[in-house]
Amino acid sequence: MARMKFLCDAERCIECNGCVTACKQEHEIPWGVNRRRVVTLNDGVPGEKSISVACMHCSDAPCMAVCPVDCFYKTSEGVVLHDKDLCIGCGYCFYACPFGAPQFPQDGAFGLRGKMDKCTFCAGGPELDFSAAEFRKYGRNRLAEGKLPACAEMCSTKALLGGDSDVISDIYRNRVLKRGKGSEVWGWGTAYGKPEQKPAAQPGATKS
Amino acid sequence: MRRALFIAAGAVLAWGLAGCGEKPTATVYKQGQYQGKPDKQPWDNDQFKGDRVAWEQQIKRRNDGQNEYARATPSAN
Repeated sequence: MARMKFLCDAERCIECNGCVTACKQEHEIPWGVNRRRVVTLNDGVPGEKSISVACMHCSDAPCMAVCPVDCFYKTSEGVVLHDKDLCIGCGYCFYACPFGAPQFPQDGAFGLRGKMDKCTFCAGGPELDFSAAEFRKYGRNRLAEGKLPACAEMCSTKALLGGDSDVISDIYRNRVLKRGKGSEVWGWGTAYGKPEQKPAAQPGATKS
Repeated sequence: MRRALFIAAGAVLAWGLAGCGEKPTATVYKQGQYQGKPDKQPWDNDQFKGDRVAWEQQIKRRNDGQNEYARATPSAN
């Protein structure tokens, strides 16, 4: 199994926000937190382009590097996850992330910043699979059910592809050859342009 | 007088060369070591019972399902 990646085809995205809705519904994301969002460039101008953006689970994830409490880890499938029990909500990852993926829900009174929340590639987190704690903290674990992220599987135009990088790259390459244009994959180089960075394994951790 | 000039010239030279000793200020990020709880592999559950191959086959089927060119094959006629 190669590593998991997201790929958004700007030629196909119709800004329907189906991916955003699928994500919200699948994980019961609270109000004010958007793990995924659709960004439109030159909105309203003929030729506008939209792309669906979330955590890209980068090869050399800057969030992992800047985290002061080292709460991030990378699974064997290349999915970047974090332990919410460790997160202190400092927001460093938000400043480091080139995609603006980390989200901070309001926690308590006076607008206090809660623990970071982000796209998990529908892979849950470091809790017992399918447990109530896992769902409450990280959302549904579709990967452990043998499914791909809800956003990609729900995409009506298949603009958003998510899964094994070899397969989705082939799908995209075939599309570009057939239509003869739109070979640019925005964010791909930023997310996956660097060599895969694997942090040192924590003793006892199976995903690292 | 000459002594004062030498001292002044030496001071100017030292001040001018001080810029050459500037240290690089670019941050070098180092990956930390994960400090949180361990997580299991996605196939280590009741559904797949540790069968990695079965899990990978299931994921591959889902991956291929995203290719509409393969799903909607044009008919021969």
